[in-house]
Amino acid sequence: MTAAANGAAGGVRRDFRLTDSTLRDGSHAVAHQFTPEQVRAVVAALDGAGVPVIEVSHGDGLGGSSFNYGFSRTDERDLLRAAAEVRRRAKLAVLLVPGIGVADDLHEVREIGVDVARIAVHCTEANISGQHIGLAKELGMEAVGFLMMAHMIEPKELLEQARLLEDYGADCVYVVDSAGALTIDGAKARVAALKAVLGCQVGLHAHNNLSLAVANSLAAFEEGADQLDGCTTGLGAGAGNCPTEVLVAACEKSGIATGVDPFKVIDAAQEDVRPLRPLQGVIDRDGLILGYAGVYGSFLLHAQRAAQRFGVPCTDILLELGRRKAVGGQEDMIIDVAVELSRRAAAAQAAQA
Amino acid sequence: MANRDVKVPCAIVGSGNIATDLLVKLQRSSVLEAVAMVGIDPASEGLARASELGVETSAGGIDWLLERAGDLGVGLVFEATTARVHAAAAPRYREAGMTAVDLTPAAVGPLVVPTVNLGGHLGEANVNMITCGGQATAPVVAAVSRVVPVPYAEIVSTVASVSAGIGTRQNVDEFTRTTARALEQVGGAARGKAICIFNPADPPILMRNTVFCALPEGYDEVAVAGSIEAMVAEVAAYVPGYRLKSPPVFDTGPYATPGGPAAGRVVALLEVEGAGDWFPPYAGNLDIMTAAAVRAGEALARARIGVPA
Repeated sequence: MTAAANGAAGGVRRDFRLTDSTLRDGSHAVAHQFTPEQVRAVVAALDGAGVPVIEVSHGDGLGGSSFNYGFSRTDERDLLRAAAEVRRRAKLAVLLVPGIGVADDLHEVREIGVDVARIAVHCTEANISGQHIGLAKELGMEAVGFLMMAHMIEPKELLEQARLLEDYGADCVYVVDSAGALTIDGAKARVAALKAVLGCQVGLHAHNNLSLAVANSLAAFEEGADQLDGCTTGLGAGAGNCPTEVLVAACEKSGIATGVDPFKVIDAAQEDVRPLRPLQGVIDRDGLILGYAGVYGSFLLHAQRAAQRFGVPCTDILLELGRRKAVGGQEDMIIDVAVELSRRAAAAQAAQA
Repeated sequence: MANRDVKVPCAIVGSGNIATDLLVKLQRSSVLEAVAMVGIDPASEGLARASELGVETSAGGIDWLLERAGDLGVGLVFEATTARVHAAAAPRYREAGMTAVDLTPAAVGPLVVPTVNLGGHLGEANVNMITCGGQATAPVVAAVSRVVPVPYAEIVSTVASVSAGIGTRQNVDEFTRTTARALEQVGGAARGKAICIFNPADPPILMRNTVFCALPEGYDEVAVAGSIEAMVAEVAAYVPGYRLKSPPVFDTGPYATPGGPAAGRVVALLEVEGAGDWFPPYAGNLDIMTAAAVRAGEALARARIGVPA
């Protein structure tokens, strides 16, 4: 992808396209409690800083508001309307996970003014997304295929799945490190494998559990990535995402054009997002374990709650979920695992008594 | 009164894996006898297997079946094709006076779960078996709603990736929508939501289902748990591998659900291990569909010929 082809209207030079997901992935970190006021403030600040794409949805995508993932405080369509009111230049994006949201949801958000539909599937299940990618294109939206938990399979297998997404019409396919488990080599190998063969764009969505989100994003750029994701302050599932303002600053110093004003995005992060979660960015034990064990980041708050509810260590729950190879969306498995661990602990205690 | 030794002849339309599993189960039935299987591909392995099992087969499709139904005495068909095929065939079965048990997502007839609402639909010419997730979860919602009003029910169905065929994969939305509808129409919840997940772990996982029911103020935990446990036992009578992984879990809210505010919720964690007839045991999602269909077919046949249950 050339910078010119990726460049925004108005002559802003961009070497890759940045999507900020503070208001989607960040929804996990605030237990889906975003208000329209918060959305308006963040969108206005990011748009003003020149962020080209802003994603707004429940953390688990359209239709994610549920017992399993947590109910939204405000209907995501109202949050999208709030975002649409204040954005000037930025494209508006949504996430949709087939099996959670349905294609019909896209009709509604298209009318609100959403430009980009990001369709997310577990990295081995690309063929459940054909109808959703197809509809996004039919509605005149840009379609992005999102291959979650990409650390779980080899680059060659990931490429096979990516080709399906491209065949369905995806304009870009993302390598999604949902667990923050990819090392630099792993991220590079996956992006390179896709870039070598696909005709469409390639992106990386990084999480920071191993403190590698910015490094992996820069490495992906070196391998030719056309799109990268961030969240201001890193606000997102698990240990958080690639912090948008840090990525922009690091790019600036490396001579990579983002089209985003570093000082404005730093201000946006500090003033509009940091107050929502002051300690965002700290990689604590649970956050690190997620990345180390390769566990889906959104499980974090649910696992912490279950640990408290059933009196078992959160680390044990996370490690067991990793052993069972739980995939994105299986939050219900957390209750299952916690109940079982607590029963096992009770049995062990009874045996001792 | 009909002779109980004489079984009711039936036919299977479709020759895929579901059809084969149905055939294996029907061969154990004391009420039904599968006398024919029809497909559209002469090279179909399913037809060859059926033929080996002594069942008359044809690649002549529904035309052949309707032509031969009289001679074969077939008044009951199991449709294991696709929604589109069944939608076209349903009026023809009806015209021919045949009753259809529909395993496709066509949903021409009412959605039924044998342990919940089949008794109210024994006079129907067409009943629909919903989805695997619906068969596994709607009974639990019904078990709760017979004790206490359920303003909102939500289910998560997770199946092994290898057990989900291309038809399901190309139309996941149909699964989620139909299952959600079943939580309302069959389960009795005011609002329903279904979530569906494919897990590629190897060895394949057993089908698992989580049912969340919102509970109003003043619910009785013992009554709700007892009703769920009783219902699970009833379903297990025809799906032996259907079980609760642990006693129902109760959480105190309040919850702001799409069906209104709820004081609490009950969470039932279920696992479905298949009987291992034609499908491997992990494919409990497929097993529960065919087992429920046979159960429904038997009840419809009994009603038709007046054999007491």
